[in-house]
Amino acid sequence: MIRNLYAAAALALLSAQGAYALDIRIATEGAYPPFNLVDANGQLKGFDVDIANALCAEMQANCTIVAQAWDGIIPGLKAGKYDAIIASMSITDERKEAVDFTAPYYAAGAALVAPTQSDITFTLEGLSGKTIGVQRATTYAALLKDEFPGANVMTYDTVDNQNLDLKAGRLDGVVAQQVVMYDWLQQEGGDAFAFKGDPVIDPQYIGTGAGIAVNKGNTELLAAFDAALAAIKANGTYARINASYFPFSIAPQ
Amino acid sequence: MNTSVMIAALPELLGAVLLTLKLVALALLVGVVLALPTALARLSHILALRWAATAYVFFFRGTPLLVQIFLIYYGLSQFDAVRTSIAWVVLKEPFWCALIALALNTGAYTAEVFRGGILSVPHNQIEAARAIGMSPVTAFRRVIWPQAIRQALPAYGNEIILMVKASSLASTVTLMDITGVARTLASDTYMPIEIYTTAALIYLCLTYAMAQVIHLFERRMDVTRVRT
Repeated sequence: MIRNLYAAAALALLSAQGAYALDIRIATEGAYPPFNLVDANGQLKGFDVDIANALCAEMQANCTIVAQAWDGIIPGLKAGKYDAIIASMSITDERKEAVDFTAPYYAAGAALVAPTQSDITFTLEGLSGKTIGVQRATTYAALLKDEFPGANVMTYDTVDNQNLDLKAGRLDGVVAQQVVMYDWLQQEGGDAFAFKGDPVIDPQYIGTGAGIAVNKGNTELLAAFDAALAAIKANGTYARINASYFPFSIAPQ
Repeated sequence: MNTSVMIAALPELLGAVLLTLKLVALALLVGVVLALPTALARLSHILALRWAATAYVFFFRGTPLLVQIFLIYYGLSQFDAVRTSIAWVVLKEPFWCALIALALNTGAYTAEVFRGGILSVPHNQIEAARAIGMSPVTAFRRVIWPQAIRQALPAYGNEIILMVKASSLASTVTLMDITGVARTLASDTYMPIEIYTTAALIYLCLTYAMAQVIHLFERRMDVTRVRT
């Protein structure tokens, strides 16, 4: 009897907590299709945004998602402009010194894309002397710097600008996230370009995958995100979102 | 503030000073070459010249420099006709694109500075110069221009300093100038305050040095000052 009472009280407390809707502000970049982008109506959308919304629904939280330029996205979190970052941010040791991460919510390799007729290879010799575009402050930039010292690297503010220059012929190739480039290749004019060689999947550079970043010490929010992430994976929501974007699974192993 | 990060960043940031100075110096040089004919065309009696110069100044003074850089760098490269033309040799390079934008921009502003200087010369001096038999060219060279340049110098000095700061926008088209290096370092270290403060101090040194040089010129051109 007493035990039942305790159970009832705990249940009441739990549901009361559930009814108390959490307010969470989430930042994404809005320039990293198909993971996050701004559509023609100015609305944020993409895989990251769908995952964010699914997690919020799971947590029964009131979420506002804002766009934030990539090179200021961690400083913005530290400054308290928002509570979490869901922006395809790869989990790295360097970033872990600045923020706390959830378990990865997806993982994808680093791929080289070049003009279809190019004989460029994704090797140390292959990239030597070649002009390669990459987005500033990404793990792909670190990969090029460390593993392909012979490459002449040009850094861009966004992947969009990097791909514009690939199309313009200023670049011999670009190194970027595989799925992002897969999406770009599907678009108009993308058929003149192709993946070259195998993607780099070394966790040293691509990390264990992309995680949700929160401020250091915000364990409560971190645990809530991790629980919600496990829940949407278990109930099939994650697989449904995955399938609506890619013909292959990007769920981390 | 982590001063060891600032000191560690210094060599890389100082290495980028050369590119910034190269951009600014070349842009100012081309800008002056563009500005003088533009200023004269703005004051010309020939309608077509006046109209063309006014349109140039209107566009480059009336639109943001960042938009101009993007139009030249990302905009022009979208046209096959541009990419297959001889101009692509120049337009392919981010350095030249940034330089063209900076030069056209400062050219428009400097033209207005020169025009103001020329207009400040009293009209009766020009009449007097013509009355003693000077040709229009001689009158311009010996009477108008020496006074105009003196009047324009403080405003032009301002433009030089503005250009040093405006050159930071070149970092948006992949150039590793002071700002380009600072942005990369800031995102590598996650210490934007330290890195950008160091970059700001370097810019301050540059603008201070330039302000001193301009001041020196102003003093030398000041005819009222007693020479010792």
